[in-house]
Amino acid sequence: MTGLILRELRLALAGGAAALPLVFFLLVATLFPFAVGPDGPLLARTGGGALWTAALLAALLPVDLLVEPDRAAGVLDQLHLRGFGEETVALAKLIGHWLSFGPPLMLAAIPAAALMKLQGEALWRLELGLAIGTPGLAALSIGVAALTAGLRRSGALAGLLLLPLAVPLLIFGAGYLERGNESGALQLLGAVSLLLVAGAPFAAGAAIRAGRD
Amino acid sequence: MSLLALRGVACLRGGRLLFKGLDLALGPGGAALVQGPNGAGKSSLLRVAAGLLRAAAGTVERAEAGLADEHLALDERQSLRRALAFWVKDPAPGMQAMGVDHLADVPVRMLSTGQRKRAALARVVAAGAPLWLLDEPGNGLDADGLARLEAAMAAHRAAGGAILAATHQPLALAGAQQVTLT
Repeated sequence: MTGLILRELRLALAGGAAALPLVFFLLVATLFPFAVGPDGPLLARTGGGALWTAALLAALLPVDLLVEPDRAAGVLDQLHLRGFGEETVALAKLIGHWLSFGPPLMLAAIPAAALMKLQGEALWRLELGLAIGTPGLAALSIGVAALTAGLRRSGALAGLLLLPLAVPLLIFGAGYLERGNESGALQLLGAVSLLLVAGAPFAAGAAIRAGRD
Repeated sequence: MSLLALRGVACLRGGRLLFKGLDLALGPGGAALVQGPNGAGKSSLLRVAAGLLRAAAGTVERAEAGLADEHLALDERQSLRRALAFWVKDPAPGMQAMGVDHLADVPVRMLSTGQRKRAALARVVAAGAPLWLLDEPGNGLDADGLARLEAAMAAHRAAGGAILAATHQPLALAGAQQVTLT
């Protein structure tokens, strides 16, 4: 299991699955102030939502690198023969993907927040929200990647599948960032994220098995 | 003790019945050669035996197995030794048996077709599973590779292992059961 997670991390770092979302996130954070203009209070009011949207879209970028290469190369078949359940493989992929996606995104959120004039309290709320929300995003990515593995032009389909399911993360994440925790947004964000992390390995495992037929 | 037991196995692919009522038992030292035209279901039979495909009917029981099929399943960026080491503790015996030990430091993506086939077989040899499932093991191998494969198979059977191989090429497997799919 540890070997599987380390392998996922290594592949993510070498194959671009780690760098792509990060660069995209920073790019959006740079572009947004150009589009809105240098009005500090306006940026601070809208920037949090833009960053959460950027995080969501960033999660979409590496989806075709998460499961499909392993399916096509027969790695998933060999793991099955080694006695690894498909759910275990999916869980290892989830953890490996989150490690290469969540912490770097949280680091990138610091300069991104500075560009959006988010300071002090707001930056902490962004970081806390991302810490709780990114495992859910990583779980969604793995689930959708397993569902679309082996399909042609899976990228567009992955977007259509992933983004609607990520809406609750966006609502509670951006809501917590903007208004604080007065309506329990943080707990709801945690609940959604937990549900996704708990469910994704089973959905992805079933998808991998079904994909062999 | 049986290493592979198929009882009344049927295989359905894309709504088409490939074979049905297939019985096969392999004990230690046993071997079976699956033959038949393209599309007859040779690879499907191996995947059913491996547990990768569900049999439409019948039961499959098997011991721990190693599979070599058309997918290499090695990380292309890594050297052959490191890529094999992800799957097996000590890849050296397998690499020696298949004559690819001199390629140990070459990245997997640089290997030729025949060398890739040898690498896939080297993993099966090194893994030491009692049952070998080989899909077209002779494909792309030169005379030396074929001789090494046959020697490795003979040694595996002598050590109490069993082999289920699907091939359309002549393959020396002394005393193997013949399974012919049509």
